[in-house]
Amino acid sequence: MANNYEAVIGLECHAQLLTNSKLFCSCSTRFGEAPNMNTCPVCLGLPGALPVLNRLAVSMAIKAGLGVNCRINPEAQWSRKNYFYPDLPKGYQITQYDRPLAQQGHIEISVDGVKKTVRINRIHMEEDAGKSLHEGFSDSSRNTHLDFNRSGVPLIEIVTEPDLRSSAEAYDYLSRLKEILEYLEVNDGNMEEGSLRCDANVSVRRAGEEKFGTRTELKNINSFRFVQKAIDYEVARQIDVIETGGRIVQETRLWNSEEERTVSMRSKEEAHDYRYFPDPDLPLLVVDNEWVETVRHSMPALPEERRRRLVQEYALSEYDAGVLTATRALSDFFEETVKRSGQPKTAANWIMGDLLRFYKENNVDTKDLSQSPVTPEMLADMIRLVENGTISGKIAKTVMEEMYKTGKPAQEIIEEKGLVQISNSGEIEKIVDKVLEDNAKPVEQYRAGKTGSFGFFVGQVMKATGGRANPQTVNDLLRKKLAG
Amino acid sequence: MNLRNITADKLVALYRNRDLTATEVIQGVFEEIERTDKDVRAFITLMRDRALEDARRVDAKIQAGETLEPLAGVPVAIKDNMAVRDVLTTCGSRILENYISPYTATAVERLRSAGAIVVGKTNMDEFAMGSSTENSGFFVTRNPHDLTRVPGGSSGGSAASVAAGMALVALGSDTGGSIRTPASFCGVVGVKPTYGRVSRYGLVAFASSLDQIGPLSKTVHEAAQILEVICGFDHYDSTSADTPVDEIVKGLDQPVKQIRIGVPKEYFVDGMDAEVKAKIQAAIRLYESLGCKIEEISLPHTEYAVATYYLIATAEASSNLARYDGVRYGLRQAANGGLQDMYRQTRMAGFGKEVKRRILLGTYALSSGYYDAYYLKALKVRTLVLRDFQKAFERVDVILTPTAPTVAFKIGEKTDDPLSMYLSDIFTITCNLAGLPGISVPCGKNSEGLPVGLQLIANHFQEGPLLQVAHQFEKAGGFLL
Ligand SMILES: [Zn+2]
Repeated sequence: MANNYEAVIGLECHAQLLTNSKLFCSCSTRFGEAPNMNTCPVCLGLPGALPVLNRLAVSMAIKAGLGVNCRINPEAQWSRKNYFYPDLPKGYQITQYDRPLAQQGHIEISVDGVKKTVRINRIHMEEDAGKSLHEGFSDSSRNTHLDFNRSGVPLIEIVTEPDLRSSAEAYDYLSRLKEILEYLEVNDGNMEEGSLRCDANVSVRRAGEEKFGTRTELKNINSFRFVQKAIDYEVARQIDVIETGGRIVQETRLWNSEEERTVSMRSKEEAHDYRYFPDPDLPLLVVDNEWVETVRHSMPALPEERRRRLVQEYALSEYDAGVLTATRALSDFFEETVKRSGQPKTAANWIMGDLLRFYKENNVDTKDLSQSPVTPEMLADMIRLVENGTISGKIAKTVMEEMYKTGKPAQEIIEEKGLVQISNSGEIEKIVDKVLEDNAKPVEQYRAGKTGSFGFFVGQVMKATGGRANPQTVNDLLRKKLAG
Repeated sequence: MNLRNITADKLVALYRNRDLTATEVIQGVFEEIERTDKDVRAFITLMRDRALEDARRVDAKIQAGETLEPLAGVPVAIKDNMAVRDVLTTCGSRILENYISPYTATAVERLRSAGAIVVGKTNMDEFAMGSSTENSGFFVTRNPHDLTRVPGGSSGGSAASVAAGMALVALGSDTGGSIRTPASFCGVVGVKPTYGRVSRYGLVAFASSLDQIGPLSKTVHEAAQILEVICGFDHYDSTSADTPVDEIVKGLDQPVKQIRIGVPKEYFVDGMDAEVKAKIQAAIRLYESLGCKIEEISLPHTEYAVATYYLIATAEASSNLARYDGVRYGLRQAANGGLQDMYRQTRMAGFGKEVKRRILLGTYALSSGYYDAYYLKALKVRTLVLRDFQKAFERVDVILTPTAPTVAFKIGEKTDDPLSMYLSDIFTITCNLAGLPGISVPCGKNSEGLPVGLQLIANHFQEGPLLQVAHQFEKAGGFLL
């Protein structure tokens, strides 16, 4: 880093929980409805309406907490964060302030092969606000329209300690976090649609310095790509300010993705006093051990754990394990195939070699493989058919492609197309004899020492059998007969 | 017809015997309102058409010989801070003067399901902030006993409507005495139930941890009937209690012999109106004659109650009233200076002086650097106040105090002196801080013919015994002391 400076970064990520209904009312959370269709007196903040907690959202937040190794607090408190904004219908947001749901977690990251633990300070739950629509209406030059469909949608905020030291670390942390939340099916990881949002607290200090520098808060980083760019820009800016004799001001800065720079939004002096206090409309959120354990038992193995298992139990390479655990669905697909076929290496090769290519060609997102034409059961069956010699590995490639195209099981395709391998040596011998007879000249040359043409004979036999002949038998017979 | 000489149970009996029709009664009510309300001014909104429609439905039931609901055809008035679908819900505020609610409050819904007919929405101090109904954003309600005096507040419209015979019973809300004080000033019965006993869903919030809906009526028996209907758990209010509701009416007639009544020495302060004091002492003697055991008790933290109350209530109010910003409903003032200016102009024009004062107080109490010294400290004192009561209830069943230190005062007498106005609630606010049920019952009149109120307080969820003790007082002639 320039002039021996070190960056100190902490991230605050908002993730929308994948519940069907909102945090404090029964309105739908569905995305893309007509404006204000998913609203009611509660999420519109009408006079007299009161919040009623969606306990499923709490279960999801607990899951996220356990997923990043947090302690789940036995009691959490809902607080009001007071501020005025047109899309904030009650004039306050219901959130958790001094008594959050989960605390003291951590995530393992790895940059250039160097592993590191990033501590998570807390996870708290809160409701989303509505949305201000500044364009798209005939009167948009004069008026702002408001859509409250998002108002009251459940969010969790995951706050790290200032443990990150580079934008690359921040990027890897975000990737890991996204992966965990997706695995747990508590968030869809979509930064562009805003279901995962991220603010960064950034400061710099000279190497060896223990004290943190003054930090700025970066907002509006609404894409994965921008996380690194925004942090890099801000770190460089801060170093520049210090190097030219200036001082960093504690402030909030917005990332402008078009100009690729951060712009001052408000200073600390202008910062809101949110006047947090316990929400008198909601009792303490009591989370007993039973609740936590019920959630824990419903959790799948997490990516890190799965990768470890793939390497240790199935002897796959770190790289292969990484590819196969990219999404929970893919990882489930692989493990299910292994369970049914008993062939981890072969299953890995088929999935990584052929299946992923098919998915890519057909724009299938591996987050959801429920519609995949090839199922783990079908793949396992095919692997077994290769194993027991019913089809050759080469034929299997064709079968795989056909399975993907038609969704038919391997057995059916093999029967339909007559692809069963010929392993009967008598049958093959007849064909070998015929090939040698038809190619008298090459046979003579071979026997005279031009043994490089062996492959030619194999090819001829395969051609004659439509590729169905057992290659080993063909090899053996040819060698024997050519040796003459 | 004037409803002053009839009670709910008698009215329903008359319907059952087909001596009266609901349509006749409701028509009579609106005639009475026309005659009386130009002086008293209890109502903000009248619901004549809907009430007559409801009355015809009740009459059809009577005609068909169907079983009538317990409050069938009983005309009720609703304080204007409770949502009623498709009707104005103003909270006595200019900022909501055009606001029509798209839904109905749970308590009102329950009354309607029990057959009651809502005749109108009553005047109140703006957002329930006040003790005289002079803080209404629209007009002042007058005390039916003396039109130059206040009816008490903030449920002054509800109390006056019952006292003047324009409604048989009414719903009010009580945050620091807003049911009991007007009940006392207007010479009717008013109950503030245990916190959590009645759903607050649809009650426009003033101070969420203190607000509670309750009935105003001429008799304890009617109050008990209303409570049986409106009490009980409601899914839509997370603070509503999942505690079973006892049968209150059934227990009313049990004698009060051997019941222990505590009289807190801190409630008989200097400067208390001598005639009020005399009436309360007469009430104590009456209870003695009924075989009750009277005991002096101490509630040592009483002196901090007013300060504690005004910190907690205003802090919550400052947040609860933030939603009236001119953006989505209610008043919006034109402004040239953009969004911030629109907020400022709207809230400046829409809120009255007292509401602004309390929003400022509450905002200050919650602001960073002051939170611990004010709000947090107030919460701690609140716990101490509750502990005082818990200790007392180890020794006594019911606590007896005056409801207010004075009788109804003159209109305008205290409007320039908010502190003396705040002290009108000095005996009632402890109930709200401790979440306890309290009742104000008439206890005779002073030499000028103005009603005096007696307050009784019981332990949490003891509405049954509380109303029993009040009912026995009424039966023994206590109301006419
Ligand atoms: Zn809703």
